[in-house]
Amino acid sequence: MRGFAQRWLLFAACVVAWQVVAAAAADPFFPPPSVIGRQMYGLARAGAGTGDVLPSLLRLGAGFVLGSLAGVLLGLAIGRSRWVFQLLDPVLQFFRAVPPPTLVPVFVVLFSIGPRAQIASIVFSVLWPVLLNAADGARRVEPLHLETARAFRLTGPERLAYVIVPASLPKIFAGLRLALSLALILMVFSELQPGAANGIGFRLQEATTRFDYETVWAAIALLGMLGYALNAGLRVVERQVWRGQP
Amino acid sequence: MTRSGWVLGAAGITLVVAASEVLGRAGIVHRDFLPPASVILTRAGELAFDPLFRADVAATLTAWGLGLLIAVGLAVPLGLLLGSVPPVGRAVTTIVEFLRPIPSVALIPLVAMMLGAGLGMRLTVIVYAAVWPILFNTVYGLREVDPLAKETLRAFGFGEPSVLLRVSLPATLPFVATGVRMAAAVALILAVTAEMFGGFGSGIGIFIAQAANYPGGIDDTLAATVWAGLIGLAVNGLLAGGERRLFRWAYR
Repeated sequence: MRGFAQRWLLFAACVVAWQVVAAAAADPFFPPPSVIGRQMYGLARAGAGTGDVLPSLLRLGAGFVLGSLAGVLLGLAIGRSRWVFQLLDPVLQFFRAVPPPTLVPVFVVLFSIGPRAQIASIVFSVLWPVLLNAADGARRVEPLHLETARAFRLTGPERLAYVIVPASLPKIFAGLRLALSLALILMVFSELQPGAANGIGFRLQEATTRFDYETVWAAIALLGMLGYALNAGLRVVERQVWRGQP
Repeated sequence: MTRSGWVLGAAGITLVVAASEVLGRAGIVHRDFLPPASVILTRAGELAFDPLFRADVAATLTAWGLGLLIAVGLAVPLGLLLGSVPPVGRAVTTIVEFLRPIPSVALIPLVAMMLGAGLGMRLTVIVYAAVWPILFNTVYGLREVDPLAKETLRAFGFGEPSVLLRVSLPATLPFVATGVRMAAAVALILAVTAEMFGGFGSGIGIFIAQAANYPGGIDDTLAATVWAGLIGLAVNGLLAGGERRLFRWAYR
């Protein structure tokens, strides 16, 4: 209880201090939180929820799910074979090192401007960290556990489900956490591109051209809250998965 | 890595390059969409001798390195404070947990308005992105310090500052180094992204953003992307090697 109070009292104090300072300074660049909150409410009433936030989240979700599914499956397969791993490791390390935004123009050429190029950018940013983490996890399965599973005549799929996947889960989730923050970066960046039609990043960019700082701050605050909620959601999934393990 | 590992790795690179070459030459993938690997790699080789592109690389590396240094200077002391004074740590964590998930890309338009699209804007977003991994690893590292070692020093009459300096700080350094390595990767992404958004001056990101605007520019985009990837790989390799060398005692 004391910890809880400590946490939120200082948080509240900071918001109040921000309010007082920003209201006193009256700098158009830094509106006070009350104005940002009012702006968020106003945007929500004007339909920003379905017009911008939902398309952003759908693209983020599609990209994250596709990228992490492919990453986990490929990663486990590559990590289980010693020579395949050694064959592909340098190539995969290179792809992970490529800053994903540099390929956004390429995706725009490949898929033309629109949701497909935006989702492809997110998939690319998610795929490599998840894949390399899953491969690393699958490589480090205790040989003794695998031998025991063989001695009990577990079939291949059973070994995968009961030995390899559980042993790789901590690494996989570490990859997913990293991938989520990259996916958010690519979600916003792909929406800042000329030709984007909607999304939180689009709204943000469009507001800067109108010098509408209240909307800019509302979008930034919303992104912080969404990021917080998505991270929390991933933690809940992680706990559920752990509990489901035999 | 073993010798067979090196051979296999080289074979893997050759295989991927050859596959891309075949796909491109056979016309399975359109030339304007994805040029064959030989074209991209030749162009990347040419760029290495292009003084303008070199200036771009230098500009990106300068912003990246400066940003990382500033982030270390901010995050390590703050992490030590948060990690060694638990009430402060608990209270500040809540604020940090709302600030951290804001994708730093979202700050680019606002910061560009306030500071223009120059080095100041690039540094601001790089620092914002790079601070968090270093901060979290510092706090986490402090938590993992052997309590017995600290108690021993206290028993010998050392005060809290010297316990921090003699036990906690050295024990935390390997964690800080890991944080710096993670931050370096994000910082490179943000350095390139901020440049792509800024659109003028020099930088790998600007080179890429401009290449997207002329016909046949995709060769240049991909050649510059190859360099960006190689730089990222080199930086990560250097930092990881440095960690293993400096903190050998932590990798027993």
